[in-house]
Amino acid sequence: MAILVDEKSKVIIQGITGREGMVRAQLMKDYGTNLMAGVTPGRGGQEVYGVPVFDSVEEVWEKLGPVDISVIFIPATMVKNAALEAIEAGVKLLVIVPDRVPIYDVLEVAAFANRKGARFVGPNTLGLVSPGKAVLGMIGGRAERAREWFRPGDIGVSSRSGGMTSSMSYYLTKTGLGQSTIIHVGGDAVVGLSHPEVMELFEKDEQTRMAVMFGEIGTTQEERVADLIEQGKFTKPLIAFIGGKAAKSGTRFSHAGAIVEGTRGSYETKVKRLKEVGVHVVDAISDIPKKAIELKKAREA
Amino acid sequence: MARLYEYQSKKLLKQGGIRIPEGDVAFSPGEASKIAEKIGKPVVLKIQVWVTGRAGLGGIQFAETPEAAENSARRLLGMKVKNFVVDRILVEERLMIQSEFFLGLVIDDANKSPLLVFSSIGGTGIEEIARVHPEKVSKFSIDVLAGLRDFEARNLIRKAGLSGNLMLQLSEVLTKFYKIARSNDARSAEINPLVLTEDNQVYAADCHFVVDDYAVFRHPELGIEVAREFNRPPSELEKIAYQVEEKDYRGTFYFFQMLEKISAEESVIGFHGAGGGGSMMSMDAVLNKGFKLANYCDTSGNPPASKVYRAAKIILSQPNIKGYFASGSGVASQEQFHSARGMVKAFYEEKLSIPGVIRLGGNYEEKAIEILSTYLNNIPAKVEGYGRDDSPEFCAERLDKLIKENGSKPHKVKPWVEPSLPQASYSFETLTGKLSIDHAQCSSCKTKGCMECCAAKILKLEGEKPVLAIPPEDAKKGKCTECLACEIFCTFHEQNAIYIQLPIPGLKEYREKITKSE
Repeated sequence: MAILVDEKSKVIIQGITGREGMVRAQLMKDYGTNLMAGVTPGRGGQEVYGVPVFDSVEEVWEKLGPVDISVIFIPATMVKNAALEAIEAGVKLLVIVPDRVPIYDVLEVAAFANRKGARFVGPNTLGLVSPGKAVLGMIGGRAERAREWFRPGDIGVSSRSGGMTSSMSYYLTKTGLGQSTIIHVGGDAVVGLSHPEVMELFEKDEQTRMAVMFGEIGTTQEERVADLIEQGKFTKPLIAFIGGKAAKSGTRFSHAGAIVEGTRGSYETKVKRLKEVGVHVVDAISDIPKKAIELKKAREA
Repeated sequence: MARLYEYQSKKLLKQGGIRIPEGDVAFSPGEASKIAEKIGKPVVLKIQVWVTGRAGLGGIQFAETPEAAENSARRLLGMKVKNFVVDRILVEERLMIQSEFFLGLVIDDANKSPLLVFSSIGGTGIEEIARVHPEKVSKFSIDVLAGLRDFEARNLIRKAGLSGNLMLQLSEVLTKFYKIARSNDARSAEINPLVLTEDNQVYAADCHFVVDDYAVFRHPELGIEVAREFNRPPSELEKIAYQVEEKDYRGTFYFFQMLEKISAEESVIGFHGAGGGGSMMSMDAVLNKGFKLANYCDTSGNPPASKVYRAAKIILSQPNIKGYFASGSGVASQEQFHSARGMVKAFYEEKLSIPGVIRLGGNYEEKAIEILSTYLNNIPAKVEGYGRDDSPEFCAERLDKLIKENGSKPHKVKPWVEPSLPQASYSFETLTGKLSIDHAQCSSCKTKGCMECCAAKILKLEGEKPVLAIPPEDAKKGKCTECLACEIFCTFHEQNAIYIQLPIPGLKEYREKITKSE
């Protein structure tokens, strides 16, 4: 099963002829992702690593049929238009890799996606991988590494830090624990799929029997995961680590932010809320595999 | 976050049709007096700093005459407030206030939309007021594709308990406010207080805007120097570093100075992280070993070697650091040999004499570690490379040992020197620099290794000599990825004929100043 992507999902890359697009086309294809085409306006008819390039997403759709997922490798300032193009063409899942996408552009993409029943991961994401099935984005860097670091299994991984997404999963693999789907939700303040939305997907996924979450200070994502658990919408065991303990608390954007969010967003509030609803909050990354084994043993016993 | 000063924010309001008190910014007591004279009424002088509660700090003063304004300005300018030294004040007409309101805009991450907050009570202590009187506060999620409609603004005011003509006046301010915030890419914006004067006019009495860092490029007219969140003015070195970030879209580069003055005795190190989460974990490891950090730096998102090189050069512009610690998540997806090459070029040029521990775990880490160990054994310093199975704690311990072995010798900043290139060198421009090949040396070259190690395959041989195989415009546009592989190969294995100039504007002058004051 896994969530969001498997080996059958039909995938395209927007910006396939760029520096990152080319390298990651190779990663995705070598890993086994069903990469059907690439899009770069003006470069239609070319090929990148054996993948045909088209002038627009609509053209891919006309010539090769429906597209499930588009992975976007385009400079941040042009991301909005690329995302709107894909959504308008009918694509239901986008992975927006670039960093530094203006926040109102993200809000517009979110509003438009919502209207059309589409979803997106990112921006500022390494992407996601369903081990043994498919990679979207740049996670793992190369197919060979992605195969070595990530193994199929029953732990769902969701993280707000790109590097830690891979690290946590690698440490799980080294301990003999595989993963269902590993997702870097993105490092920005507003992201398409955030932790609570990912947890809801893990809840429905049969392959996933436990989840690991890397949270950070700022935003309300982790608190909203706690809300979900309280409402009985996420019932699987969850291990969490919250980064940013050492960061100064009290850095606030504005009075309005404080009025709306109260104390939400701080390290202390996040840890407290998660513990209250029974999440296993660990103090060190190296405790994650230990905790996972403990929970697995408890389940088997 | 790129913050605007109150006077800048008010200018935006005025352009968008919201009434503000008459006034202007002054940088000297003389200017303050002139502005007060022009206003011709009692004035208020307000220090322009990014600190709340200015009145309580003595940063707001009233003056009846231009002379009094000049005297107040003399007291306010140069005043120290938290991390700021006041260098500008706003001089404006004093309003006769009947009542105060609050108006704010934030981005709501849960709803993924702009959220407008209005309160029928405003002024100082607004957060407390909102807690005690929730019925006075109303909120509205704006549909970003439609904007804020008139009737939505009216309902928002009505729900906070106001009606009649005042409701109409305020709702007009609300729709204008959102338009201004949206068109300036405001990450947050606030008018507090929004006031009703005794003659029944609505004025923005205080205001601040924070512009989205990632959208600052759309607003050159705002004159934002460094689009970063600081609780103090950016340092000189930070301004230099920011230029690098802004001019190169490939990957991320973030530089933040934590200590500006470091003594020769302190246990302070230069920090070079990769990725937020991994950097935080790595910082914890060195902090736990008792080190202080001179700076925080992050190069990630697959930056080219040239960017990592510039980051290293900037980190090494901090005198008296005792060591160099580079460490990220440990399992990076980016090609780690780029970072390795960037550091090799920087460390080699600097003839580095303080130890370095470089943890480059992740994709191609074996190659990255090999690059470090092969090319950095001829410099005074000991530099060690580590991978994903070496913990940050272990690496921090190694650094501690190496620093002790080195007698805790402080880093000396060297003047910036460009090697003199032969006049007849073959050269072409790259995205952010210039690559030169001294063709006179190429006849002695046996391997032509530069051809092989150029991953972008943009070189060809003409006779014995490597030249561009693509149009120079394409190399400049980024086909030369500035991976530095050709230079490093030629320097260490062949004739030392290739040099890639990667300028960092302002750093030469900065270093001159540092070396002089040492």
